[in-house]
Amino acid sequence: MKFTLSWLKTHLETEASVETIVEKLTALGLVVDKVENKAEVLAPFKICEIIEAEKHPNADRLKVCRVNTGDEVIQVVCGAPNARKGLKVVLARPGDLIPSTKQVLKVGKVRDVESLGMMCSAQELLLGEASEGIIEVDPKACVGESYAKWMGLDETLIEIEITPNRGDCLGVYGISRDLAATGIGKLKPLKREIIKGSYPCPVALKTDSEACPHFTGRVIRGLKNGPSPLWLQKKLEAIGLRPLSALVDITNFFIYDLGRPLHVFDVNKLKGELNVRLSEKGESFKALDGKTYPLSEDMTVIADDSGVISLAGIMGGESTGCDDSTHTVFLESAFFDPISIAITGRSLGILSDSRYRFERGVDPASTLPGLEAATQMILEICGGEVSEIVVTGAAPDLRESIVFDPARVKTLGGLDVPSQRAQDILKTLGFEVKGEGQNFAVLTPSWRFDVEQETDLVEEVLRVEGYDKIPSLPFGDRPEKKLLSPLQERRFVVREQLANRGLMEVITWSFMAHKETELFGGVAESLVVLNPISQDLDAMRPSLLPNLLKVLLLNQNRGAEAVGLFEVGPQYSGPTPQDQHMMATGLRAGAFHSDHWCEKKRLVDIYDAKADVVDIFGGLTFQYSQAAPSWYHPGRSAALKLGPHVLGYFGELHPSILKAYDVKGPVVAFEIFIDRLPQVKRKSKLVLSSYQRVERDFAFVVSQDVQSESLIKAAQKADPVLTQDITLFDVFDLGDHKKSMGIRVGLQSQDHTLTEDEIQTFSQKVISLVTQSTGGVLRQ
Amino acid sequence: MDRMGQLKHHFLTDVGKVSTLQELEDLRVGALGKKGELTLLMKELGEKTPEERKVWGAELNAVKEVLTTAFDQQKKRLEEEILNTRLATETLDVTLPPRPLLTGKIHPLSHVLDQTIQIFGQMGFVVAEGPDIEEDFYNFTALNIPLEHPARQEQDTFYLPPLEDEQPLVLRTHTSPVQIRTMLNQKPPLRIIAPGRTYRSDYDATHTPMFHQIEGLVIDTKTHMGHLKGCLEEFCRLFFEDPSLKLRFRPGYFPFTEPSAEVDIWWKGNSWLEILGCGMVHPNVLRNCDIDPTIYQGFAFGMGIERIAMLKYGITDLRLFYESDLRWLDYYGFDPESRE
Repeated sequence: MKFTLSWLKTHLETEASVETIVEKLTALGLVVDKVENKAEVLAPFKICEIIEAEKHPNADRLKVCRVNTGDEVIQVVCGAPNARKGLKVVLARPGDLIPSTKQVLKVGKVRDVESLGMMCSAQELLLGEASEGIIEVDPKACVGESYAKWMGLDETLIEIEITPNRGDCLGVYGISRDLAATGIGKLKPLKREIIKGSYPCPVALKTDSEACPHFTGRVIRGLKNGPSPLWLQKKLEAIGLRPLSALVDITNFFIYDLGRPLHVFDVNKLKGELNVRLSEKGESFKALDGKTYPLSEDMTVIADDSGVISLAGIMGGESTGCDDSTHTVFLESAFFDPISIAITGRSLGILSDSRYRFERGVDPASTLPGLEAATQMILEICGGEVSEIVVTGAAPDLRESIVFDPARVKTLGGLDVPSQRAQDILKTLGFEVKGEGQNFAVLTPSWRFDVEQETDLVEEVLRVEGYDKIPSLPFGDRPEKKLLSPLQERRFVVREQLANRGLMEVITWSFMAHKETELFGGVAESLVVLNPISQDLDAMRPSLLPNLLKVLLLNQNRGAEAVGLFEVGPQYSGPTPQDQHMMATGLRAGAFHSDHWCEKKRLVDIYDAKADVVDIFGGLTFQYSQAAPSWYHPGRSAALKLGPHVLGYFGELHPSILKAYDVKGPVVAFEIFIDRLPQVKRKSKLVLSSYQRVERDFAFVVSQDVQSESLIKAAQKADPVLTQDITLFDVFDLGDHKKSMGIRVGLQSQDHTLTEDEIQTFSQKVISLVTQSTGGVLRQ
Repeated sequence: MDRMGQLKHHFLTDVGKVSTLQELEDLRVGALGKKGELTLLMKELGEKTPEERKVWGAELNAVKEVLTTAFDQQKKRLEEEILNTRLATETLDVTLPPRPLLTGKIHPLSHVLDQTIQIFGQMGFVVAEGPDIEEDFYNFTALNIPLEHPARQEQDTFYLPPLEDEQPLVLRTHTSPVQIRTMLNQKPPLRIIAPGRTYRSDYDATHTPMFHQIEGLVIDTKTHMGHLKGCLEEFCRLFFEDPSLKLRFRPGYFPFTEPSAEVDIWWKGNSWLEILGCGMVHPNVLRNCDIDPTIYQGFAFGMGIERIAMLKYGITDLRLFYESDLRWLDYYGFDPESRE
């Protein structure tokens, strides 16, 4: 919402400075976005007149003009098609800062002809949009005068943000009322015009009360439309509205002055009676913006015999719009239901000042006064003869009576405000306060739909007093509770662990491209976004890997050769809360680390990913299963399980996935369901033995398909008490489907030094157990 | 006597001349070895008279001691020289890079979430959570945002197909539904924060379709706006590490709080920057959660994590949080700390 300081002062009698007004507006909750005085940036630009315009000797489209600046006559080269003799223009001189480009104008030569200035377009002065030509100043303007001053731009323009609950401040009058409550000025009473009509309204009106609860109007005949007076044009231009014609400008004025939308129909273009009703299926409507809108059922419309001629409260129709030839109008002022306006406006996608106000709530009590005020201005500007008013329905009374205990300002708002002061504040805002003592009956004003209960009144008092007056109180009590649940804590721990392992944390979207989900098991229709922002982000991800692969590709394209990254975040197997799984997913690709002088570069393999997983699992015993999902290499991956629960997967990604994502391999990855990991058990007490530790090495020749785990488990059985640790120190391929695996077993007793006999017996047991369970033979 | 003197003189002179350990050893053997000259003199002692033996013996021993010391000293000196010569050749380029250590970083948003959670933890808050795919009821209706409310249209909501014949599911547009879930499942007094992912259909220089918020909720019988101010002041001053940071509370509008406030901080001494929204929990919201608003009251706040992260760490483009360029992450990320 934009307004000028002078407009504000037509309603608010105040001596307050701009700074104070701005500060109060923000304190009231009418946040000031911008305060500007266009005259400051436009100060250098003066009105000049073209006294000669000749074709440029070297260019067809350019003109060489002689321009009277008031002090002298200078030569300016201009390319605008509308530059012509006698035109009053806005001139920039060398040294002036051009607002649109933020550059200083220099003396220039245009195709060998010297140019001592530039005639400005509205766009160059940031006063309008790009257009073909330069600004054409009113012929009545004086040469040499400041353009900003002439245009009334020497004005402080204030732009405020209005929250959706404050429709009453979408007019300057409402803003003035709020400001008056703070004590910086006095609200001037509105003039209540009552204009008697001299003849019955000739336009017949029919209203469906379901479509519109309150509709008023009248005819004004014999008026003259045309450009509105300069004061009105300037007023509208100052807030960025383009003046069109007196009738349109007058309705725009009241939208911004009182927040009261109005509409005028050209009576000569009406066919038959006006009918305010709900639309029917199949109807369509050509609006003033030139577009045709198909209507669905139950939209409030105004129709005549020709069909829909206005989308009530949103936009008028082209067929009955006013132009310079209009001499008889029907002026409409009505109250439309905010919800119905919101639904219609949204479904048709029409934005208008009128819709904006009606859907936030226009004061129903302003219907008739608004009609009268506009009538008065039309008579003053356009003349004419006024009919009687036609009225259907009555202004709905939406006021609320609220029981108010002023002590709530303290107990809820934290600010001590004397009861009398609270009452005064409410009264200046237009509330009626009755009663005394603890509980007042407060009647809300007709324009404040947002105030419904006591807490709303507390806010009214607080915002006028100022939130800054509320003393801030630190919490006195600080209960010592466990901040994070163990599951939440684990996410942080896992992040730190993975980052400590050299992986970079990334955060990627929770969604991905639906078509790509098939590579990762697909998603149910229930996980497809109905209104995605793009086709790349239209499904909730069933795995974090696709997004990580995109990150990998991006970084490989930017030259990264050793990539390790992870994300801790959700994936989805369905739409319910139980289907959201917290994952720690990571990948490593290409080299383990980049070229380095002292360590040979090597490519990542699944044991890197396994190391990441095992670190996260922290000593947890789990089972391997070959059933890793399809996006892994079938022979180089595993699912890790604890009983029936899958805790995660790791492995090399399937070559077809690398191809689909166009990434360079090898890529190894892991996915861990971190919320499924069991609680870490407390460690048992460590007892260190003081007796000699011995180590024995064994190398077994086994068949290629024997897994190391089965060999180690077999060896472990030999003497689980004496065995401290078993290290697999060597694996190599012997060919012929055989391989050798070397293990080193550490032995130590808690109560004696092991004898050679004991060690021998143990070794024999290891050998026979391994042979039994794996078919392995001790290498000689 | 003369022989002994000559011997002593001869060996003491020679020991100073040897330059290798081998020469030194040869010299030592020549003097003190089994057939060494001094040893031979010792052997001759047996042929002497007891008196002579006494005198000669003492002198021989003295010479032996002098020579032994001289040999030892020379040995030590030579060994030192050899070591020094070796060390002089054993040089390494200390400026070579160390062995590779892979370093990962914590994403700045995770770091900021963690900091935020810790600060509120000191004030007695506990972390609560809710799902990203949310029911319309929790995301809107229970929060006093009816279907046609303008606020509901201002949030560009992502929708998912409805479950059976119910309302469409939404990707939560804010973390506020966690307030509702908490109030429906727990009894006051409550003091929770709810960090998490949130979604709105908006993608430009200042919006991403997914972003992070942290929600706060306090419900008891007497917490009022003064406490709200105190709590957020404490948070902002700790988070931005400025004990005198100025905050400005001004009226705002949220359907789920009344009175509502927007909070600005006075940033770098030149402007007010909006950083969060808050207010006293709306009585309708309490009623929707079966909490009696005539007995209980409290406040709620919601804050964008990206926003405060950008301010604190001077990150100027929101989209870079999600672009995942490893170089950017390495620069703006944080070293992991052990939390165990």
